Amino acid sequence: MTERKGISRRGLLGAAGAAVATGVAGYGAHSALAGEESQAADNTGPVEFHGKHQAGIVTPAQDRLHFATFDVTTNKRDAVVSLLKEWTAAAALMTAGRDIGQYGAVNGPAEAPPEDTGEAVGLPPARLTLTIGFGPSFFIDAKGNDRFGIKAKRPAALVDLPHFIGDNLDPNRSGGDIAIQACSDDPQVAVHAIRNLARIGFGTTSVRYSQLGFGRTSSTSRAQSTPRNLFGFKDGTNNLKLEDTDKLEQQLWVQPEDGPDWMVGGSYLVSRRIRMTIETWDRTSLSEQEAIVGRGKGTGAPLGKADEFDAIDFEAKNSEGEPKVAKEAHIRLAHPQFNNGAELLRRGYNFVDGSDGLGRLDAGLFFLAYQRDPRKQFIPIQQQLARSDVMNEYIRHVGSGIFACPGGVPAGSFWGEKLFA
Amino acid sequence: MITITARRATAAGAVLLLAGLTGCADEAPAAAPGDTTGPVSVKATDSECSLSRTDVKSGTSTFSVANGGSKVTEFYVYAEGDRVMGEVENIGPGLKRDLIVELPTGKYQAVCKPGMVGDGIRGDLTVTGDAAAQVDEDTALKNAAESYQRYVNSQAVALEQKTTEFVTAVKAGDVAKSKELFPVSRTYWERIEPVAESFGDLDPKIDARINDVEPGTEWTGYHRIEQALWEKNSTAGMEKYADQLLVDVKTVVAKAKVVKLNPLQLANGAKELLDEVATGKVTGEEDRYSHTDLWDFQANVQGSQAAIQALRPALQQRDAALVTTLDTNFKAVFAALDKYRVGDGFKPYTATEAEKKQLGAVVDALAEPVSKVAGVIAKK
Repeated sequence: MTERKGISRRGLLGAAGAAVATGVAGYGAHSALAGEESQAADNTGPVEFHGKHQAGIVTPAQDRLHFATFDVTTNKRDAVVSLLKEWTAAAALMTAGRDIGQYGAVNGPAEAPPEDTGEAVGLPPARLTLTIGFGPSFFIDAKGNDRFGIKAKRPAALVDLPHFIGDNLDPNRSGGDIAIQACSDDPQVAVHAIRNLARIGFGTTSVRYSQLGFGRTSSTSRAQSTPRNLFGFKDGTNNLKLEDTDKLEQQLWVQPEDGPDWMVGGSYLVSRRIRMTIETWDRTSLSEQEAIVGRGKGTGAPLGKADEFDAIDFEAKNSEGEPKVAKEAHIRLAHPQFNNGAELLRRGYNFVDGSDGLGRLDAGLFFLAYQRDPRKQFIPIQQQLARSDVMNEYIRHVGSGIFACPGGVPAGSFWGEKLFA
Repeated sequence: MITITARRATAAGAVLLLAGLTGCADEAPAAAPGDTTGPVSVKATDSECSLSRTDVKSGTSTFSVANGGSKVTEFYVYAEGDRVMGEVENIGPGLKRDLIVELPTGKYQAVCKPGMVGDGIRGDLTVTGDAAAQVDEDTALKNAAESYQRYVNSQAVALEQKTTEFVTAVKAGDVAKSKELFPVSRTYWERIEPVAESFGDLDPKIDARINDVEPGTEWTGYHRIEQALWEKNSTAGMEKYADQLLVDVKTVVAKAKVVKLNPLQLANGAKELLDEVATGKVTGEEDRYSHTDLWDFQANVQGSQAAIQALRPALQQRDAALVTTLDTNFKAVFAALDKYRVGDGFKPYTATEAEKKQLGAVVDALAEPVSKVAGVIAKK
């Protein structure tokens, strides 16, 4: 009885459950759960785990995040490969809205700890996606060791991020050998996923840090409205979207000519924990806030325009002859026009991690951006922003990470199979 | 016990008799070299553990252990995976003690542990004779419980003795000696703590930390005395707590000696000991004045390992892969502790957050597979 058919959390998935019960053991068992490339329209259904690209990148951004990075605590390649297989099997079950393991949360032997931790029992799949990435230290550790024999497979684009002006990075909130991004419309479903993956990892991995995000700050589909960040502004109006299929190939997905092979169809993730000094921001006048961002706070329209999605006119001048969108406004410095056409797919989240002991909220934006090549995209954009963005007075980058997220997992495969082939 | 079978006897650990505290080498004279019968004499010093012979016949063997070193020592016979077949604890310098143990055919290790810590000084021991059949699973489980009960018994005896020494030093006002004995006596306590905890209110009386005490209840026990020793460098006013501690420990010891345990309790006890490490020891909360947490840490892990070892034959039959994982991960924990060893004990535990995280990770890595043991044991 090694078959891992999983236990439906709500017992509502009759047809899918029957399909899966006939599957073989382990990580290959769940391909029949949903149609190819399905993008759930409502916020309760499952998002297909398998496919050409990993889910959780162009998937319409869910409302909640639990992001974690892991340090690998073993030097054994086999142990890492086994863990990736186990993780993949669990991820396929959880994204389908099922308990993990053979018995799940409550059907196992009374004397044994439950295989599944149980807090998602009764909850829908809630569009859970789990997305994995590998950091530079996975390929070569701090002492220069090629622990897993994959040093030669490190992509050239997976560079160590340079120091950006003003960076105040906490090493305990930065880096990590492996990152897993859990996004869902239900916070408990996202937390359940990371918790169970961390548990499976004990002995092979140790959680380096984790971050909760309670509200999306980007839309990744034109079907979604643009959400607001904690500055109170619409964020991600000009984001890359699911529907921009040509642009996604140019800007988001690693192409065959980019190499290495195992990254084709994948993408590079940069994570930045950006603390906002929201108390001082809140004392700033409306006109100054709008000038800093370059958009109207209410409409989200570029300054000088009426509608959020109007094209930005960087040449327009006000009555004093100054550009309506200031030279150092955030949207100008971040715009592709001033970055050699470079764009990012952003899917960041607002966070408030309590307060900082000085009576201020420990709040900000957990910035997540996917791209084809960080050397041509995030790095030059951030160098320009770090140097000149007037928003810098109100933000501080306190955590950082870069990860190579491989292409999608075909049914029967596992996370990183090509990397370890 | 009509037929001694390999599995059965290994599971039993089969210590037939622990000799009295004064030793009895005179009654069991060492065998001459070349002799294949009669007691094996063991010469234990601070750097040596030599046996008069390393081949014995299957069945009952006697080891006469003479401590010629300057440190208190222990003598063990280990089966595969450091499963304790028999042990004598707490052999002071100049003392002799006997270990009488039933050993079926197989390969073993004879181990002296001068200072009572670490891996000890090891040598091979071969037992030859009639090959024996495997026991069925029920017998293996029953033997496991009996084996672990003997372990609890041996720890309880040492606990009472070392606590008596500690209490005597406290009452004599000998601060240095008291500080030295504090972590040593707690070692025996920490190894069998889940058993002690099962006796209701004795655990808080013996082991409560200052923040554990209910309002209106007096704070007593080890940590009360620890605070005086390290914070005030004094034993003043501690006499009554010392007396009470010994009374309470003696009560626990008397109960522990007759406690009946089932295999599930062993498995859960092994898990609970690691929970203790994860929540109290890694964080440095346990011995907040003396910073001797790593002694307790090691003792908890040793106690957990003893329970798992007792279950080993049964586990081996049911989930051999789990046994391999457990062996590997127990080793990893002891290796992580090695970094902090100094002499017979440990450096004061004032680890950095990064060091604590590292220790926490190896404990988590061990605690997960240990938590699975109960389910495997319970399986029909």
